[in-house]
Amino acid sequence: MATQHSRSAARFMMAPAVFLLLVWMLVPLTMTLFFSFKKYLPLRGDSMANGLEWVGFANYVRFVGSSSFWPSIQATLVIVGGVLVVTIVLGVLLAMLLDQPMWGQGIVRILVIAPFFVMPTVSALVWKNMFMDPNNGLLAYLWKAFGGTPVEWLSQAALPSLIMIVSWQWLPFATLILLTAIQSLDSEQLEAAEMDGAPVLKRFWFIILPHLSRAITIVILIQTIFLLSIFAEIFVTTGGAFGTKTLTYLIFQRVLESQNVGLGSAGGVYAIILANIVALFLMRIVGKNLDA
Amino acid sequence: MGKIALKHVTKSFGTTEVIPPLDLDIEDGEFVVFVGPSGCGKSTLLRLIAGLEDVTSGMIEIDGNDATRVPPSKRGLAMVFQSYALYPHMSVRKNIAFPLRMAKVDEAERDRKVEAAAGILNLTDYLERRPGQLSGGQRQRVAIGRAIVREPEAFLFDEPLSNLDAALRVNMRLEISELHQSLATTMIYVTHDQVEAMTMADKIVVLNAGRIAQVGSPLELYRAPQNKFVAGFIGSPKMNFIEGEEARKQGAHTIGVRPEHLALSTDGGTWEGTVGVAEHLGSDTFLHVHIDGVGALTVRTQGEAGLNHGDRAHITPDPERIHRFDGDGLALA
Ligand SMILES: Nc1ncnc2c1ncn2[C@@H]1O[C@H](COP(=O)(O)OP(=O)(O)OP(=O)(O)O)[C@@H](O)[C@H]1O
Ligand SMILES: [Mg+2]
Repeated sequence: MATQHSRSAARFMMAPAVFLLLVWMLVPLTMTLFFSFKKYLPLRGDSMANGLEWVGFANYVRFVGSSSFWPSIQATLVIVGGVLVVTIVLGVLLAMLLDQPMWGQGIVRILVIAPFFVMPTVSALVWKNMFMDPNNGLLAYLWKAFGGTPVEWLSQAALPSLIMIVSWQWLPFATLILLTAIQSLDSEQLEAAEMDGAPVLKRFWFIILPHLSRAITIVILIQTIFLLSIFAEIFVTTGGAFGTKTLTYLIFQRVLESQNVGLGSAGGVYAIILANIVALFLMRIVGKNLDA
Repeated sequence: MGKIALKHVTKSFGTTEVIPPLDLDIEDGEFVVFVGPSGCGKSTLLRLIAGLEDVTSGMIEIDGNDATRVPPSKRGLAMVFQSYALYPHMSVRKNIAFPLRMAKVDEAERDRKVEAAAGILNLTDYLERRPGQLSGGQRQRVAIGRAIVREPEAFLFDEPLSNLDAALRVNMRLEISELHQSLATTMIYVTHDQVEAMTMADKIVVLNAGRIAQVGSPLELYRAPQNKFVAGFIGSPKMNFIEGEEARKQGAHTIGVRPEHLALSTDGGTWEGTVGVAEHLGSDTFLHVHIDGVGALTVRTQGEAGLNHGDRAHITPDPERIHRFDGDGLALA
């Protein structure tokens, strides 16, 4: 395969795709960088045609200086971390459950995967209106049935509620990847451990969990990438109130609600930096898991 | 102590009965080999003894105590699996130490035992490696090491050599026999290779479709097979079976003669036929001879036979070594 000729042919044929990807990434990236150094308030009459005023790092300073900045970073990390913990813990348990031979296995597996097919906006609305609504939600009925006062989930416990909604969406993904990993475990290893005197919990800890480590790594990496940018769930539930304003949401507010494109772009650049720091960090701690 | 007794043990998967009622006694310190064709239930029987499968009915006794409901880890048996079943994310040292760790043996003691086992098995230089970085033979030794450190009442081996190449297999065969001599612990060894069975066993259990066809020492099975199945299974090349007129002359439905008990000559003998294919092994030659009115027979001769394809030859069976079987395949006295 790897002759000189086939290699250059491969390069040649890949070129259009690579070019497209580059354009796709580079154009928005340069535009973001460009706007982040400009004063650009469309409602005040700024426009590309009139020429934009160069303001240096003023947007960057203002974005960080805003009182919402650090809380938004914190909210982002709490949501990402919370969802990762919930999906991985429940994902491992569900995967082990689904791996057991049982009646109606096929249907149960489809049911477990189903949430993944629901659009984020829809599932967040379903949660908001059908479960968490303090008047008509199912949870409110449940609380009332036991004589409690219904909780106003999305205002009193906004972050945990959001983590719950997002976890519900991502649990199928984690479960699916972990299930295939569990299925590839040689049952003789478990039997050997059983004969070696390891009870159920120790077999889980010493055999199953190490076997799953690579799959868990992959779940963490992929989910983090997507979770850093969740938006729809926040938009339709709390609208960024009650401490659920993530970095992504803050940028959205700056650009669309305050109509300050320059400030929002500076926030965008911060988001890119944050994503890269997280990615680097993850690669460091879990990367060695992948090549083992 | 490692005395194991199976009493009327049966095993069914759903409605299919894999092991019909079976009785077997294994004495302390014996090297017992279960041998039989693929799918005859050897692994199932071993797993029943190990406790990895539940018996459908019957009783398993270990050292005179009923162990039928005892969980695998409490039976005092150690098993070596066909796939080795090493823990891939642990070093060789941790693999071997795992049973000790589970038994909460303290660390110094653990290290001492692991070093000792590694010494016996020539693994000392590999203790810090992962199983993935070892050859097949070394992995096999790690699996055995993990069994040894537990100091079990009995070792169970399920086709431990079947993933190794021929030369290594002969080596490991000797090493396991050597280990048995030095530990003097009961060993139960499953294989479908009759050569392994003959060379290693004190006692061979020949299984046929879940039933015990015969139990005995290798030479007993070779000299006095109780039925056609055992006669055909033990010995290489396979015993020749002759039916019809020649068998009736001996008062049997079928007679069997081993290839090494047939004498070949060019000038005269009991049967006459045409030489077919010859397989030269150097020390021996296996000649396939088509006897007129009897059929094809395999003859084993020493060295070069000096006969070519298509030559006429005479064959005489050793009258002392003719096995006679009735219509049901049972040996006639
Ligand atoms: N879990 C199971 N469910 C149903 N049938 C089984 C199961 N395990 C084994 N069997 C059947 O039991 C019979 C004996 O299987 P076993 O694995 O003991 O054979 P074996 O003698 O070890 O063969 P081999 O030499 O190929 O390993 C086979 O016919 C097999 O199909
Ligand atoms: Mg088997």
